[in-house]
Order: sequence, then C-alpha cells, then structure tokens
Amino acid sequence: MADISLSGAAQTVRTIQSSYMAQVQRRRLYSGLTLLIFVILMVSGFNIADDRNAGGFWNGLHQVGDYPADVLSEAWEKRADLPALTAKYFPALVETLNIAAVSTLIGAIGGLFLSLLGTRGLAKWPCLIPLFRRISDIMRAVPEIVIALVLIFVLGGGPVPAMSAIAIHTAGALAKMFSEVSENTDLKAVEGLSSTGATWLQRMLLGVLPQVAPNYVSYTLLRFEVNIRASAILGFVGAGGLGYELRNAMAWGPGRFDEAAAIFILLFGTIIFFDQVSSRYRNKLTDGQTH
Amino acid sequence: MTAIDLDTTKLTADRLFQRKRLMGFAIPAVILAYLTYIFFAFDLPGLAGRANMDNAVTLVSDSWSHKVHVTRDNRSGEISYAVEGERKGRYPEGARPAWVTGDEVITIDLGGDHIVRYLPDNRTEIEIPNFPLIEVQAEGRALTTNLPDDLPDWISASSRRIGITTPEGRITLTGARTEVFNYFPGWELFWFTLDSPYHGQSLSTILFGERVDPARPNVSGAISDWWNNAMWRHKDVAWAIGETILMAFLGTMGAAIIALPLGFLAAKRFSPIMILRAATRRLFDFMRGVDALIWTVVLARAFGPGPLTGALAILITDTGTFGKIFSEALENVDQKQIEGVSSTGAKPLQRYRFGVIPQLVPVLLAQILYFLESNTRSATIIGAITGGGIGLMLTQAIQTQKDWEEVAYYIVLIIAMVMFMDWLSGWLRGKLIGRKD
Repeated sequence: MADISLSGAAQTVRTIQSSYMAQVQRRRLYSGLTLLIFVILMVSGFNIADDRNAGGFWNGLHQVGDYPADVLSEAWEKRADLPALTAKYFPALVETLNIAAVSTLIGAIGGLFLSLLGTRGLAKWPCLIPLFRRISDIMRAVPEIVIALVLIFVLGGGPVPAMSAIAIHTAGALAKMFSEVSENTDLKAVEGLSSTGATWLQRMLLGVLPQVAPNYVSYTLLRFEVNIRASAILGFVGAGGLGYELRNAMAWGPGRFDEAAAIFILLFGTIIFFDQVSSRYRNKLTDGQTH
Repeated sequence: MTAIDLDTTKLTADRLFQRKRLMGFAIPAVILAYLTYIFFAFDLPGLAGRANMDNAVTLVSDSWSHKVHVTRDNRSGEISYAVEGERKGRYPEGARPAWVTGDEVITIDLGGDHIVRYLPDNRTEIEIPNFPLIEVQAEGRALTTNLPDDLPDWISASSRRIGITTPEGRITLTGARTEVFNYFPGWELFWFTLDSPYHGQSLSTILFGERVDPARPNVSGAISDWWNNAMWRHKDVAWAIGETILMAFLGTMGAAIIALPLGFLAAKRFSPIMILRAATRRLFDFMRGVDALIWTVVLARAFGPGPLTGALAILITDTGTFGKIFSEALENVDQKQIEGVSSTGAKPLQRYRFGVIPQLVPVLLAQILYFLESNTRSATIIGAITGGGIGLMLTQAIQTQKDWEEVAYYIVLIIAMVMFMDWLSGWLRGKLIGRKD
C-alpha cells in the first residue's frame, strides 16, 4: 500500500517535472523563434534599405565624418564671425521657439477639452465620448508635415502653417496623455461641486483641474521639448524659423559653412537648454507622486 | 489659542487667497499677452493678404474630383481627350467620352444645358443658359469674339486668352488651343488606366466572366494592371510606405539594441567608474540634442538620399533617448531580485540575465513600441527631407500643385499607416507585457 502510494508520488513528481521541462522547452523554442524572426527582419530590412539608398552603407560609413569635419574646420577658420552669425540667426531661433510655444499652448488647451470631453465620468455629453476619442486619435495620427505642406500651399510660407500643424498634432497627442491622467481623478470633488449646482465648466475648473494640473503641466512641458524639434524640422520644408535658414545655408555649400555651423550650434544649444530646464521642472512637479 | 494667533493665521490665509486670486488672473493675462505678441510677430493681419484662397478652392475641389480635358490643337485641328490632361490618362485612338458627339462639329455636353461646339476653321460656340451664345474665332495667336464689353466675373477675356468658369466645367481658349475641362466626382482611373482592357469592366466580370484579355487569366491580369497603374502608381506607393515603416522599424530596434548595453554603462548601480558613466550620459545628451534634423542632414551627405539614411538618423537620435530612459529604469531596478539570483550562485552575466533583464523588459518594450509608432510619423517627415518613403512622394505631389487627388490619397494612406502602427504597437504591447486595464 505504502509502496504504491510512494511510487505514485514519484510518478506525479516525474510528470510534473517532465511537463515543466516540456513547458520550458516550448518557451525556449518560442523565444528562439521570435528572436530568429526578429534577426531575419532586421537583417533583410537593413539589406533592403541599403539597396534602395542612393549610396551604400559600407561606402558611406567612412564618409560620415567628412561633412561635419568640413563644417567644423571652416567654422573654426572663421570663428571670429561666429558670434555675429549667431546674433544674425537669433531672430530665426526666436521664431522657431515661438512656433513651438504657441502650438504647445494651443495644443494643450485643445487637448484639455478633448480629454475632458472624452473621459468617462467627466464628459459633458457622455454619448459623444467615442466621437471625441476618434477625433483625438485622428489628430494624433496626422503627421505634422502633411498639414504643414498643405497649409504652406494655401497660406504661403511662414510660421503659421507650422504652428497650426504642430498644434493639431499636439492637441491629439496631449488629449491621449491627459485622458490617461483624468481617468484616475477622484470624482468626489466633482460630485460635491455638482451638488452645489455648479456648471460643467465650473466642475472641471474647480474639481478636476486642481487634481490633474501637475501631471498636465508636466506632459505639456515634455511636449514643448518635442515641439521645438518638430518646429525646427518643419522649417526645413519651408515653414520658417531656424530650419528654413539651415536649408538655405546648406544650399550655398562650402564657403558658407560657418553659417550652417552657427545654426547647428544655436539649435543644439537650445534643445539641450530646454531639455534641462523642462526636465528639472517636470521632476519638481511630479515629485512625491507614486507611479 | 489666543486672539493674536488667530489674527496672524487669518492674515496668512488672506494673503494666500490673495496670491491665488492674483495667479488666477495673472496666468490667463500672461497667456493673452503672449498670444497678442504672437499675433503681430507672426503677422496674422497680413496673412489674409498672403493667403491664396483660389489655391484652397482648387485643393478642396480637386481632392475629391477629377476633370477630363477635351483639347483642340488649333494648328493641326486634332482633338484629344485625356483624364487630367495627362498623357497617361489619354483616351486611346478612336475612343472618347460619351458626352462628346459629332464628327464635323464636335459637340461637348457639359451638362445643365452648357454646350460647347468645336466648329471647323477653329471656330468655337459656347452655349450657356441665360447668357447669349458666345462665338470665338481663333486666328494665328489672336482671338475674335462676340463677347460684350462688360463681362460677368466668371469670364475673363483678352485678345489672346479667354477663360470661362461655369459650375459645370471650365473653358479656356487661346490662339493655339481650345480646351474644355469637364469635372466629375471621384478618383478616375484609380483601378485601371484607359489602355488596360479591364477598364470599365465590372468586378463580377473580372472575377467570374469570360477572359477580357485572351492572353492572361482575368484575376492575375487585373491585379497586375492595377499594380502597375501608371496614373496612381500603386506599386511605388506600396514600396514608399514599406520604406517609411522600414525606416521606423530599423531605427527604433537598432537604437534599442545599441542603447541597452550603453544604458548599463550610464547607470550608477552597474557602472562604478564615474568618468565612464558621465561620458556615456553626455554622449546620450549629445545624440538627443543634435536633433534628428541635423543627423539627417549630416548622414544624407555620407549615404545619399534613401531609407537607410532616415533609419540611421532615427537610430542615432533614439539611441540617446533610449539610453537615458534605460539607464533611469536600471537605476530603479529592485535589488532583492538580484540578491535572490546571486544567492543561488549565479555569475554576473547570469545575474543580469535573470535578475535585471526581467524587471527591465516591460519598461523597455513599452518604450520601444511607443517609439515605433511615433517614429513612423518622424520617418514620414525625415523621408521628405532626405528623399525616401511616402514623405517624399507627398512632398513631390504637393510641389507639382496639380495632382491634389493624389495628395489626398497619400494623406489618407499616411494616416491609415500611422493608425495601423499605433494599433500594432498597442497589440504587441498587450501580447508581450499584458494589458494595463
């Protein structure tokens, strides 16, 4: 009797062990397969990209340093001009920053309304929640360049197309991040306010905003960093600001590399500066919050 | 508590409220002041003057409609019919739209009782309701008409060129040629161009009917004609979208692969040498700070235009970003799990593999997948700069300023592509690390 039960126990242990081993084997096989597929995708993707590129990867690799070296050496030769050039392009930098700031501001306001209208429990018209969510999804999906190029055609070059394009995308992107925050708001304050007969706007302003403001501001600052880059890039396709000047300076080619270098320096410095400032403020804002 | 205590508390409370109230007014005021400054800095009052509303109207109407040109070459007398006036959209010899009739006298019925007649000897008659019959004679480079002197604003006329815009279509006449544009809704020739035998065939005929083209089976012939459509270039578009997604994929994944080991170097817990740590961190800052724009410009010089340049630009920028995120995640790794693994006698590499990586993977994957989606958008823009992918096709289509229906098509495709990548990254995130809710 005891014998049988003992061997039975051994049997169970053995089956458990073998099934565990089989599971491990299967897991290893799956992760191995995933890894294999990933490696194949990377390698073949790289080869396709390499084929379709004008210059090959291996030919170009040793030339990577050439252009920066040319620019830097020329800029170094004319280093006396650099402060003057930096001053010359400072207005363009201000324009780039203004584009980023205004579009962040407008986008944040738009995103605020979209997120409040698209969050369960807070929405003014609960039946329209899916509509506002879809709207913010689409606004988020449109790359800035699409709107910018179309608006440049209609409005002509300048900061306004870039600003509108970035603002629309920002509104969509922030709406998503905001509504992730506002989904977790405490509704008690809102209920309390509504019991006093507060309107929707008052409920949002006094009941919800104080709860979510630190996170909202933090996300907005993060977005501002992103938008500085976006505004510089859009300048390159004709929307004014530093990117536009960079394209012009590059089109002149050698001899005017000092101008390109000045713009590079301005852009680099600005991005680093605002990254540091905004990350400091963001840390302060979300300090003491549990994640 | 004494009365004095209460008074001071009240005073501080009052002051606090005062400050709050002040802030409540100051913040909107500052925002308003800034927007006013922007209003003038961006020259918004002058924008109305610079804006070209005609462009907007063409853009909107062209994006959902197409026009068929009926052109008479006044020198040879030859008449051609072409969709959008393009050679690729020309009607084959002997064929013409059904709303054009007659042999000696070509009658073009624009609909709504608007009729244009091409008469022999380069004469043209235009019938428009509630307007006297317009007759135009082209001689050499000059035009003679019976148009009165005071013209309605939908007719512009000089001795060289006459333009008539009606709700049904547009007519332009010059000495060299007479052209009628007839507008129709929809994207014409989207499936097959006019030279394809499958043009105008219904879907059921192609799927189940007799062979349209005796040389090929219907389905494969139709697919190949659609794929090689010269007007809409479906093949090129598909390749371009593939290139854009490829740029995002290669850039994001490559960046993650490079950033992971570097992230260890930058994390205090795993990298005891201070200088190495600081150097890696500055490297990350540098990669992020030199924006994707500059990387694109620099790399395009070395590798030429194409998807690889875009992928590398994304890779370098994101290596900086990922490095920062990964090293921060590494600093926050729970020590207990590592201790547990090392108590079993694990070697350092095994400690990383079983103690650190499992804690890191969810953060890593979430970030990588989020960036994959966001980089699809960046790749569109970078493609426009470096010359590759759907971004390039979009810029080219916008720069030619006439194929607005193609622009609309690309925009729809780009939005669909980004939404698909968004869905895909969300789906993968759900599969790999489980849903949040």
